Amino acid sequence: MLDVRLPIGLLFTFFGAVLALYGAVSDGTVYARSLGHNVNLWWGLVMLVFGLVFIYLARRKNRLRT
Amino acid sequence: MLRLAVIDYLLLGTYFVFVLGVGVALRRSTRSSTDFFLSGRSIPAWVAGLAFLSANLGAQEVIGMAASGAKYGIATSHFYWIGAIPAMAFVGVFMMPFYYGSRARSVPEYLRLRFDEKTRGFNAISFATMTVFSSGISMYALGLLLGAILGWSFSVSIFVSAAIVLAYIFLGGLTSAIYNEVLQFFLIVAGLTPLVFLGMQDVGGWQGLTQRLALTAQQHGFAAGAWTDSWRHMGSPASNPMGVEWFGLAMGLGFVLSFGYWTTDFLVVQRAMAADSMSAARRTPLIAAFPKMLFPILVILPGMIAIALTTSSGQTPFKLPVKADGSLNYDMSIPLMLGHYFPPGMLGLGLTALMASFMSGMAGNVTAFNTVWTYDIYQAYVNKKATDRNLLWMGRASTVFGIALSVITAYAATRFNNIMDLLQLVFAFVNAPLFATFLLGMFWKRTTGHGAFIGLVSGTLAAALHHGLTLPGTALAGIKGGWLGAVLHHYPSEMAQNFWTAIYAWTTCFVVTILVSFATTPKADAELTGLVYSLTERPREEGIVWYKRPGTLAIVAIAASVVLNAVFF
Repeated sequence: MLDVRLPIGLLFTFFGAVLALYGAVSDGTVYARSLGHNVNLWWGLVMLVFGLVFIYLARRKNRLRT
Repeated sequence: MLRLAVIDYLLLGTYFVFVLGVGVALRRSTRSSTDFFLSGRSIPAWVAGLAFLSANLGAQEVIGMAASGAKYGIATSHFYWIGAIPAMAFVGVFMMPFYYGSRARSVPEYLRLRFDEKTRGFNAISFATMTVFSSGISMYALGLLLGAILGWSFSVSIFVSAAIVLAYIFLGGLTSAIYNEVLQFFLIVAGLTPLVFLGMQDVGGWQGLTQRLALTAQQHGFAAGAWTDSWRHMGSPASNPMGVEWFGLAMGLGFVLSFGYWTTDFLVVQRAMAADSMSAARRTPLIAAFPKMLFPILVILPGMIAIALTTSSGQTPFKLPVKADGSLNYDMSIPLMLGHYFPPGMLGLGLTALMASFMSGMAGNVTAFNTVWTYDIYQAYVNKKATDRNLLWMGRASTVFGIALSVITAYAATRFNNIMDLLQLVFAFVNAPLFATFLLGMFWKRTTGHGAFIGLVSGTLAAALHHGLTLPGTALAGIKGGWLGAVLHHYPSEMAQNFWTAIYAWTTCFVVTILVSFATTPKADAELTGLVYSLTERPREEGIVWYKRPGTLAIVAIAASVVLNAVFF
């Protein structure tokens, strides 16, 4: 059966990458409302790392099984 | 109103695709009715635990807890620290051995095994009606909310979300719901954590928040700490914004309502029944307890920040909107803060988190409904000889008509709001005494079926009677109480009245069940093995590593919750 960590990992990796990229290229003035923090970039990177760890865990378990 | 950018739609759209993808991927492993309704009893403990938490984490919970945080302050955490953790520990350590060990496929089915057919029927029918109805009500709330913050049409919001939930449950059954609940759990955490971080920075940390909320409290005529102390002002109902006193709170919420919900509601218990072993089933609520006790940070704190900012602004002005009747619209706390602090991108994530919480709540209701319908109504009364194929088919069919009925309820709610309030009230009466029945049933082997049934019915009547003879605050007789003509007692608030209604219902059910049980013949011991504490072998904990033992986890969870109560006393 599908390991639940795989879809979670994939979704977070995608969300993280999109947010971080958008944060890296977007115009800085939109971050006035987030008190000057480029939240897209920072939170995007956090989500990206989380997503990759989950993908790794899901695949490792799969490999252990086979 | 919030304006969404392309990137926000991209995130939201991707989420929908993933949710459906999980359903499609699980379709092949959903072959029998056990797969569909109980995930083939194959879910690892941590997954079941997060689903246990998430199924209860509907949008109404998230939006509503933030609203209460704004309205009542940190005392709202009582719904978590005493209103959930002890009951979750109890169900894991003491009750799960009977739920999981008896091989019952649902909570009503346990009642059938332990007591008799009529007790099961009463519970199954009221529960099935209630789940369909509550998912309709939360759909209605979602439709209104998305209309208010995004300008989406009511019908589009409802049909899109209903269709997605329908599709993934239809394909993958309970496993699909559980997997998506776990995904939704992480999304809710990811969407709300940065919001709390930004809000807290804006108000000047905990200290700044305390100072601002002292002002809020004084404006409402309370002591300065009324919004930031959880127990100190509970001595009298007049000194805290909830209008409750410590005894009603501890007994009504902490004991009757909390244990009634977390230990008997099939919506959450089903997640533990799907676990892959007895030990995993027992750990399910205990694993859920740890994130649960931290959730006030994510759902109550934003409300407290919103009211603090409304009282005295942060860097840029923020005000909760005023409703037609002049009171503040507390429900808008989280949606407005998302728009206030989040740039495009994060806003999409925040909205995805809200949609996720809505869907997890709805899926919880739908999977509980289709199981109870199929096993406890269809198989019990309609088609006793149903084959596994019939059951699987009925599971899918009932998913479709359960959701259709919810959609109809959502539309009905737009026109007949009073009927909805009335129905919710009736369900509250039916639920209030339940825990007394389970407690006696599991721990006193003398309890009989007649005792349980008559106890339940009289508990429900006691709840109705108490409600009909009392009134909260300055309310007029009617839906708020007092409808029996005479008003014997005025409660300081609706919440106090609710807590005491529950206390009366529970006590009546407890006493009547005992009395009737003494007057009727109990089942033979042999029939009760595995169903009652004194006739069931204790699950062994010796072979399990200490940090995986339910007993250890329960003690740690309760100790942690005591510490939280003490810190925010």
